[in-house]
Amino acid sequence: MPENNRQLLLSDMNTGDHATILAFQGGRAVVNRLASLGFTPGAQVDMSQNYGRGPLIVTVRGMRVALGRGEADNIVVSRGAHD
Amino acid sequence: MTDCHPAPARAGERLAVIDHDAPLIALAGQPNMGKSTLFNLLTGLNQHVGNWPGKTVERREGHFDLNGRTARLVDLPGAYSLTANSPEEVIAREFILRDKPTVVIAVISAANLERSLYLVAELAALDAPLVVALNMVDVAAQEGIQVDAAALEASLGVPVIPMTASKALGVPRLLDVVENLLASSEPQHINQPEVRSDHRAVLENIESLVAAHIPAPYPPGWISLKLLEGDAEVTQMMRTLLPVQVWDAVHEVLRAHDDAFLAVASGRYEWIGRIIRSAVSHPKVGQVGITERIDRWAAHPVWGLFILAGILGLVFWLTFAIGSPLQEWLEAQIIAPLAGWAAQALTGAPFWVQGMIVDGLIGGVGSVLTFLPILIIFFAAFALIEDVGYMARAAYVMDNLMHLMGLHGKSFLPLFLGFGCNVPAIMGTRVIESWPARLLTILIAPFVPCTARMAVVAFIAPVFFGSRAVWVSWGLILLSLLALVGSGALLNRVIFKGQRSAFVMEMPLYHVPNARTIGLLVWQRSLAFVKKAGTAILGMSLLVWVLSYLPNGDLNTSFLAKFGQWLEPLGQWMGFDWRLMVALITSFPAKENAIATLGVLFGNSPGAGLADALSATFSTATALSFLVVTMLFIPCMATVAVIKQEANSWRWALVSLLLPLLLSVLAGTSVYHLALWIGL
Repeated sequence: MPENNRQLLLSDMNTGDHATILAFQGGRAVVNRLASLGFTPGAQVDMSQNYGRGPLIVTVRGMRVALGRGEADNIVVSRGAHD
Repeated sequence: MTDCHPAPARAGERLAVIDHDAPLIALAGQPNMGKSTLFNLLTGLNQHVGNWPGKTVERREGHFDLNGRTARLVDLPGAYSLTANSPEEVIAREFILRDKPTVVIAVISAANLERSLYLVAELAALDAPLVVALNMVDVAAQEGIQVDAAALEASLGVPVIPMTASKALGVPRLLDVVENLLASSEPQHINQPEVRSDHRAVLENIESLVAAHIPAPYPPGWISLKLLEGDAEVTQMMRTLLPVQVWDAVHEVLRAHDDAFLAVASGRYEWIGRIIRSAVSHPKVGQVGITERIDRWAAHPVWGLFILAGILGLVFWLTFAIGSPLQEWLEAQIIAPLAGWAAQALTGAPFWVQGMIVDGLIGGVGSVLTFLPILIIFFAAFALIEDVGYMARAAYVMDNLMHLMGLHGKSFLPLFLGFGCNVPAIMGTRVIESWPARLLTILIAPFVPCTARMAVVAFIAPVFFGSRAVWVSWGLILLSLLALVGSGALLNRVIFKGQRSAFVMEMPLYHVPNARTIGLLVWQRSLAFVKKAGTAILGMSLLVWVLSYLPNGDLNTSFLAKFGQWLEPLGQWMGFDWRLMVALITSFPAKENAIATLGVLFGNSPGAGLADALSATFSTATALSFLVVTMLFIPCMATVAVIKQEANSWRWALVSLLLPLLLSVLAGTSVYHLALWIGL
């Protein structure tokens, strides 16, 4: 779980927020698939749609990706773009 | 999943005439890059759809004219990467390594270079001659993205050809470059991505350990990289090949770096970042694109569902408004006069010849073929929805509902396809990564009302319900979906114990549909239907006629009547007479047979069409019950065969028969008595 208040879960981001991926939790198979879609540590993720429940849509490396809430709960991010 | 009731795959059957010395060209690309558009553009109707040997993944192969000579073209399955995450990815890389295509064309999108170059980064490690087709230049221009193809070519080290496949722009140049590459013997110098700096020493360490033990088609560097990535297939292969002490050493290194795949992926994205900085000018950032704007509605948790229902409703309305009158016109203007003319022409022929041709052939197959306009409208509408990019939104908004069954949104994609035909729906479940989720989707897919069932509804509903037929049809669809969700939830509880799998799905950009892609889809699906009419339905129509004629030429004492009468006690629960029972049973080979069979059975009613004969014979309650049972009845023969093939088990195929059988009899009986009770 996040250790300090700068670390959040992707699922906590609101629509329109920008975030940077820090790390992954959860199974290797899913993380591997996410990595090939552009979800790597350091990558910027924009929250395109998050209604607080159900799946959400993010934009990563120019691609719109739908994620289940469970998957978004496993991506640790920090708010804002770091580049 | 483009083919309705496809013939069993016989790869290479049609291509046997092609010279096997012809250059072999492979098309590689991620999903939604326009790879299929390019494949269709090059091969047109010279293509063959089958399966990859031993896999349930579609294989498309064809041939085309490469500036005067014939070349073979293999469409590799769409894959985001070449790591063994999915069968598609394994097939693509094994084909390139083992079949050694003369040229690999990598299709990428100018509108989304960063993500589409990821596959190129993987292809670069395979030592295959590479040409990059920089597709969707038009879409990129609309979004204000300018890609400098020459700069891209310089930094990649392989030819880059800008093109817009949907408008056939840039293809001649692509062919010239491919032709040049075939003629040249100079090796390419592809610029290779590197692993992120913190893991380079580890990779070198692995390389030095395994270098002496790598088998023939595999490049040593590639094997080491895949080991570092933790690729399941390559790891398994090397474990069996390496001497024990070497494997132990490699395994030790890999265990200490089990998150190395992130370093490999990051390295590729760093490489991509450098290339993009040199080749892309002025990418607009933060601009709200058209896709984002549409998705605010289409992917909204509430409005999205209304939009989905609206789209489905529109498709069904189109069918009733345009398809049904066309179907009636064909029946009245073509089939009926044809039957009359044939009856006259055959007056001298033996009675059984006349009966077989007039009642069996024209009455049976002819009636079914009049449904072609209805099916073409369906196929065109769904191909359009598919090609525009809407399907992923349908899956997204359905995710919550799919959770009721322990599934996620992706399972809705094949189910959506099932409205066209259940066979491609079962095959379409291949997009679902986890096996339990896939099996569950396979088992509930037959509850999606396919066009064949809707054709029966489209014929019978207006006869009994007139202008309210549309509402009855909607109710029947809703009922089917209720049965789907109900049995899905039940199966999930009982068999799968509430397991759930990861939902990760690309939402492609909306784009202008391509007439060629849609036309080809409609053509392939319609052709498959006509073939079915010429085989399964023809055979069944003739069989029904023969059984209705034997043993003594009288329908009421025929074998068919006896069989139907034997089943009548069961039918009476649902308000059916023996003829409806026979119609139901003959719908097993193909759902539309129900109408064809009734056509044969009522063929003797003088001076009246089938519609009039039906409304004179059956009550509205019986008709409603028959419609309900038709919707929920056992899947057609082809669907059961595909279920057996995809699930690789007779047990599951049997479950897929028994569940709907039980449910349809139950629902039919309840609806019939309910309808009688309210006085229909």
